[in-house]
Amino acid sequence: MDKRTILNSTHFEITLKRLASQLKENHQSFENSVLIGLQPRGIHVLERLKKILEADLKKPLLCGQLDITFYRDDFRRREQPIIPSVTNIDFIIENKNVVLIDDVLFSGRTIRSGLDALLAFGRPNKVELLAFIDRRFERHLPIQADYIGKTVDTLSSQRVSVEWKEIEGEDQVLLYTQETKNA
Amino acid sequence: MHNLSVEHLIGIKDLTKHDIELIFKTADSFKQVINRPIKKVPSLRDITIANLFFENSTRTRLSFELAEKRLSADVINFSASSSSVTKGETLIDTVNNILAMKVDLVVMRHPNPGAAKFLSERIKAKVVNAGDGTHEHPTQALLDAYSIREKHGDDFKGKKVVIVGDISHSRVALSNIFCLQKLGAEVMVCGPTTLIPKFIGELGVKIEHNLRNALEWCDVANMLRIQLERQEIQFFPSLREYSMLFGLDKKLLDSLDKKITIMHPGPINRGVEISSDVADSDQSIILQQVENGVAVRMAIIYLLASKIDRS
Repeated sequence: MDKRTILNSTHFEITLKRLASQLKENHQSFENSVLIGLQPRGIHVLERLKKILEADLKKPLLCGQLDITFYRDDFRRREQPIIPSVTNIDFIIENKNVVLIDDVLFSGRTIRSGLDALLAFGRPNKVELLAFIDRRFERHLPIQADYIGKTVDTLSSQRVSVEWKEIEGEDQVLLYTQETKNA
Repeated sequence: MHNLSVEHLIGIKDLTKHDIELIFKTADSFKQVINRPIKKVPSLRDITIANLFFENSTRTRLSFELAEKRLSADVINFSASSSSVTKGETLIDTVNNILAMKVDLVVMRHPNPGAAKFLSERIKAKVVNAGDGTHEHPTQALLDAYSIREKHGDDFKGKKVVIVGDISHSRVALSNIFCLQKLGAEVMVCGPTTLIPKFIGELGVKIEHNLRNALEWCDVANMLRIQLERQEIQFFPSLREYSMLFGLDKKLLDSLDKKITIMHPGPINRGVEISSDVADSDQSIILQQVENGVAVRMAIIYLLASKIDRS
């Protein structure tokens, strides 16, 4: 497995700060806005952005975690059922401006499920999408992010892994390539 | 392994401890779902489920039907009293007719022990046993254990549960014994000698004929209903006498030096096995059991449906 670094810890931090600034630019004081991270890995992006924004705005933001397991379109098309994670949204999103947050935007199917799952909590005024890494050219559905940390061009056989200080020990984004026999 | 080890849910006897824990974990998520403003998820929208009830049931049938609908499955209902079974059709013929309508999963209650197993060996659809005679009632046992877990925490080691009442005629008792033992709890049965099966001790359960002693021993008491409809002869002199010896009232409950949890699988005969003030007290989790029943059944159907081969 060939491994290449897409973002090192310095760029990782800069990217997060830029995303936070972009969010602030569009949502100002977050009066009517909520941030919702998609389980399982989107919540790490959410937690970091929340930390940066709350320090900046000096007030708590309304944040939630959304699990989309039961809304997926690949149920029974996978070998193993997916074990759901926790959904933690203790507010109604009726008329709110929602920012959906995920770590990697790939086929767009997770986001489609996320939009479905979101409707169970009310009718939002507006939904935006923030993707830390956007693997463009790999989309199966017409879905684009409004905020992008970094865009990468990848093959579908490659794997992008966003790693976190809190979990893997280091902030970085890696690209794994399966080595072919001829190479 | 994130999958059940079984293809059908016939009895708790076939499940592993891991299976039971997987069902509980999945049920946790569904419990969140059914407490939201919109209580429905689209997971099973291409699945058709038949509820075949060859025996009367309100609670279990409603609970299953609601669980199926919350998962967006298509549901057909069948009850024996209003069907061709009364015209002499066999079980296999009835079921094959229903399966010809392309059903993926069958939930069945039947008065004969072993009916669910018989069916699962002969049809392609997944089978969930919703009670087969006096044999097993696995979903009830799972929701009972789930309710205990909710109240007393994940670890069943050392938890003491007493099942009181008509053990001989109860499928709930047998499934509960298997389930609680697999999870590591200690189980006692309590009732009149005539209603305790002769060889039940071989399952490793304690036997007690005095209700007070049983209650002093336990953390949780599961009060069963006297199943008069299954008793072909009289097993005790009168309901009044049964109620005096094995009925739980507030006075007895309050005289214990600890707060035990009271459960009942329903339907309750108020004033027979349990008095009204006990059933409605804060120690009773009877209504939580009903709520958990939907979540647990959603989990079971979801996990079994994930094993249906679409290719």
